Amino acid sequence: MHPVHHAARRRTTMIVGSLLLAATACVLFSGVTGSVTVALGELPDAVAQVLHGRQDSLAASLLALRAGRALTAFVTGGALALAGVMMQALLRNPLADPYVLGISAGASVGALFALLMMCATAVVDGAALAGAVAVSMLLYLLARRDIRGGVAAEGGTSTLLLTGVILMSACMALVTLMLSIAPEGSLRNMVFWMIGDLAGTPLRVLPWIVLAGALAFALRSARAMNVLALHADTARTLGIEVGRLRKGLFFVSGVLTASAVTNGGSIGFVGLIVPHACRFAFGPDHRVLIPSAVLAGGSFLVLCDTLARTVIAPTQLPVGAITALIGAPIFLYQLHQLRK
Amino acid sequence: MIATHKLTLQVEGRTLVRDLDWAIQPGECWSIIGRNGAGKSTLLRTVAGLRKLEAGAVELDGRKLDDWPLEELARRRAYLAQSRTDAFAYSAIDTVLSARHPYHAKRYWEGSDDHQAALQALAAMEVGHLAARDVRTLSGGERQRVAIAALLAQDTPLLLLDEPANALDLAHQVSVTGLLARLCRRERKTVVMIGHDLNLAHSISTHALLLRGDGSWLAGPVAQVMQPALLGDYLGHPIEMIEHGGRRIFIPFEDHHD
Repeated sequence: MHPVHHAARRRTTMIVGSLLLAATACVLFSGVTGSVTVALGELPDAVAQVLHGRQDSLAASLLALRAGRALTAFVTGGALALAGVMMQALLRNPLADPYVLGISAGASVGALFALLMMCATAVVDGAALAGAVAVSMLLYLLARRDIRGGVAAEGGTSTLLLTGVILMSACMALVTLMLSIAPEGSLRNMVFWMIGDLAGTPLRVLPWIVLAGALAFALRSARAMNVLALHADTARTLGIEVGRLRKGLFFVSGVLTASAVTNGGSIGFVGLIVPHACRFAFGPDHRVLIPSAVLAGGSFLVLCDTLARTVIAPTQLPVGAITALIGAPIFLYQLHQLRK
Repeated sequence: MIATHKLTLQVEGRTLVRDLDWAIQPGECWSIIGRNGAGKSTLLRTVAGLRKLEAGAVELDGRKLDDWPLEELARRRAYLAQSRTDAFAYSAIDTVLSARHPYHAKRYWEGSDDHQAALQALAAMEVGHLAARDVRTLSGGERQRVAIAALLAQDTPLLLLDEPANALDLAHQVSVTGLLARLCRRERKTVVMIGHDLNLAHSISTHALLLRGDGSWLAGPVAQVMQPALLGDYLGHPIEMIEHGGRRIFIPFEDHHD
């Protein structure tokens, strides 16, 4: 039968609890895996050392190094998955992802231009952020009627979607242009940035703040997002400020995408596949979907990144290639399950 | 309950309704009748607060629609859209529970009273057995009844319905519209609905509003307004009326001589 109210609450606690454990396990797994394996017996001592800010043993310093990278992967994956959930609710389309509106393509233009100019890493990150912000602003200006919504005659978001798709094509044309004129020296960096790569990304505080803020916004809007996903424009007759909610979803998912892309380049499929898989497993209710997508997205990217740096070590693969290789078949499988 | 003053509706330069003065009292059941494109849905959306006003005013309980906080308004009036698209795999009970949103304030989860209301509404629409089903797998008529169940669960004094009998089989057309009429009579609820079945409208409505689509309108009790000559004029096709077992039956006139 249908879940009654306290059962739904207990079920959510169970799901989020298990995913939290799984996420911790993923980060630790990533910490012990690599060219030099940390033995399981050494793990408790190493964890204790790292938590106390000491790295006396080899195990502890390996763990600190790898777990740092794993945490970066986690925050990036979590942000992408959450942005995906929001974008899908905003566009009422389960096939939307954070990149569909061209925000990441804008970031690519900025980052690749900086790479072409042989700029420092910090400048590349700044340029990526600037590109993402520029595309968001342009998108908002062009499609503001859709985003405000609420009292429009049709009330769909097709203008927003189409504008985004066209902006993305324009950005991708610029990207192709830059790649074709790039000198050999910077080409490899540029391609890796495009695919999405977490190697050499330092552990920063800002992405965590962005993710925490966005998560707080999403959880507070979770019920309203359900109503919007169910009723589209008539959500207004149920007391939802449709325009304000759409605006919030647009901006918060934009900031999340910009933050994730600045961190790790445009890593594909996480924002599409993780919300999908969570919806498939736990149902479409955003009150469960939002926390579970963040945790699952983070864990997924941690595992993919671990694979990326170990599968043909010492060569490191860009993690975006791994997410796409794993993501595409999973997505196709789910799609055909749904069609049955 | 709800009233319009000098309300004028324009769509793409065409005036559909001009200077509509319409007053609806509690316990009344109204049918809006008119041909396609006469502005029925536009009027209902306007009264629901989903559309900006071009000219005139709409008041609910003596207060302008724009002055109502949305959540408070959602506890006073419910609106059934003509059609809906389901993008996600929500269950039928989820869609009905979502109609309890205006009663939740800041709570994250629904309470047991919400579940009670949702289950009752589903049972009233004879779709209780579909509670756990994915709404995208329901038939058109089942989906329509789940949507009306959501409207009932919203538990408002004013119900605005755009073609509630859409996609329903004959038996359910009668039972659903009968239920709406009972809500008016027994619980003093106010119903405004759009429908194309004149006989159904005549048997359950207390009042009718005719729209011609050129700005003219006619509102009043069913006995006054639902006359064959008037209906024929407003619908653009001659209508005949026959009495059968104490009921008035309207049928479109057919010319068999050509």
